[in-house]
Amino acid sequence: MISLKSVSHSYSNQHRIGFKDWQIKDGEQWLLLGASGSGKTTLLHILTGILKPEQGDVMINETAIYGLSSKKLDQFRGRNIGIIFQRPHLIKSLTISENLVMAQSFAKLPTDLVRVNEVLTSLGIADKKNAYPSELSQGQLQRVSIARAVINKPALLIADEPTSSLDDQNAAAVLSLLMEQSGLNQATLVVATHDKRVKDAFTNTYELS
Amino acid sequence: MSPLKISWKSLWSKPLSSALNILLIAFGTGILTILLLASKQISDKLENNSKDIDLVVGAKGSPLQLILSSIYYIDFPTGNIPLKEATELAHNPLVKKAVPLALGDNYNGIRIVGTDSNFVGIYKLTLSEGKFWHDDFETTIGSTVAATQKLNIGDTFYGAHGLTGSTDVHKDHQYRVAGILAPQGNVTDNLILTNISSIWGMHEEPGEREHHHEEPRELTSLLIQYRSPMSVVLFPRMVNESTNMQAASPAQESTRLFSLIGVGIDTLQWFAVLIMLIAAISVFVNLYNSLKERNYDLAIMRTLGASRSKLFVIVIAEGIMLTLAGTLAGIALGHLALQFIGSYQESSQARLSGLVLLWDEIYLFAAGLAIGIFASVIPGIQAYRSNISKILSKN
Repeated sequence: MISLKSVSHSYSNQHRIGFKDWQIKDGEQWLLLGASGSGKTTLLHILTGILKPEQGDVMINETAIYGLSSKKLDQFRGRNIGIIFQRPHLIKSLTISENLVMAQSFAKLPTDLVRVNEVLTSLGIADKKNAYPSELSQGQLQRVSIARAVINKPALLIADEPTSSLDDQNAAAVLSLLMEQSGLNQATLVVATHDKRVKDAFTNTYELS
Repeated sequence: MSPLKISWKSLWSKPLSSALNILLIAFGTGILTILLLASKQISDKLENNSKDIDLVVGAKGSPLQLILSSIYYIDFPTGNIPLKEATELAHNPLVKKAVPLALGDNYNGIRIVGTDSNFVGIYKLTLSEGKFWHDDFETTIGSTVAATQKLNIGDTFYGAHGLTGSTDVHKDHQYRVAGILAPQGNVTDNLILTNISSIWGMHEEPGEREHHHEEPRELTSLLIQYRSPMSVVLFPRMVNESTNMQAASPAQESTRLFSLIGVGIDTLQWFAVLIMLIAAISVFVNLYNSLKERNYDLAIMRTLGASRSKLFVIVIAEGIMLTLAGTLAGIALGHLALQFIGSYQESSQARLSGLVLLWDEIYLFAAGLAIGIFASVIPGIQAYRSNISKILSKN
């Protein structure tokens, strides 16, 4: 269960953005809608423990994440939150499977190659595990970044514009993979987007004004 | 996966710039290694060769030249001294031991030294084969001479006039090898020893008329060992003031010589330090630039659960790995280069070897490490401090 309570934030010399309170139950799938500039990325960063809001609390599974020390918060994020960015951003010097193992070790979890295989297989890219990111197509890379986000079985899966740089076919594929993976890993899913192609797939919507 | 492995893989992902940095550091460290080894070996050799000799008496001229010619057998002698006066000095009560030297001939560039049995005592020579020279034209040769000239007991050879070159060969008399010295680890390994009258005999033959044998007998120089510490004060002054000869102290002149070489060594040292500095800056720029490219990567690592300190370690480790590899390569390179230089050196008296490890090299190692830390600490701190929200939203 994730809750957002009276959160607001302002960057220096800009107007304050207030966010509506938000309750997300375990396993729900939400769409976060908003035009660019409406504070979508800010809210996502606040939700994922990257940006401490000026006011308000964020609770993830009974943990007030901004009450944690920086180091604890990093570790909490590594274990409980999986993030998918608009672009994949894999570490270029590491192979696909090394990228996933790195995610395990940063979360202070033991290296589990069986899990790596399992995730890559479920995303249909098991044959690429020893390839380097530069050898993969954009769509394949986005799948790897989904794999990296779910590798540690996070409670919360957050995707920031996961489809906006993809064509229709890939966008649909990525979206269904996201929903499938969140179900498979029993993770709560939040997808932030302004992509109209995505809207119909969700019943729960949090709209930024 | 440890942070070290991430740093390691990151270095391998840009082999060219990594190689350039390693090369720069290796070059600087290599020069420093060569200087360290060479200056240590030269000063050791200088000391070793003049260990038991307190003073050299020879003809007036440059004292350094006298020492170079009579102790290290490198330069030309300053001239000759009359045998009569030399003998008087040798019997002075302040003198414990006096060794006469007569130079002037060579065999394939190896100096033939006319001397007496005191030479054996002062250098504590031991034989590996045969016996010490006794009769005229009998020689005892150094171990290196035997090896390089392939001379054995009973072999004969002709000496040539002068200290180098074999144009003016003394064809009338031939030397015979009577003994071979055990390796001494000093200049005597590269000498051919014989008695003084052989040297005189060589130059008295008919056909060598330019040497006036009617003139009184002469020596090149006299190696002196003092009887007591008091001699240090009295004897050199006596020689310099009351005779036509000069006295030079090997210890003093060696120090002076070394300080002269030292200027060159200092210059090279600064040069090497400069290279190391450039290397440090290059590593810094390299890390700093790659950090700019990679700060998104590093931010992603944070979102995956890596702490600030882990990022710091990743960046620092990269710098240290670079400089450490460079330092090790440089030390190895320095040894190799010195061995190479040594094998091409003409004068075997001062041959340098690269196959010696010195404790001081640990300082080079430490310096390499320090440069690595110095070059990577700023990028490391930057990685530590980076605001990931800002980086991630700047897509």
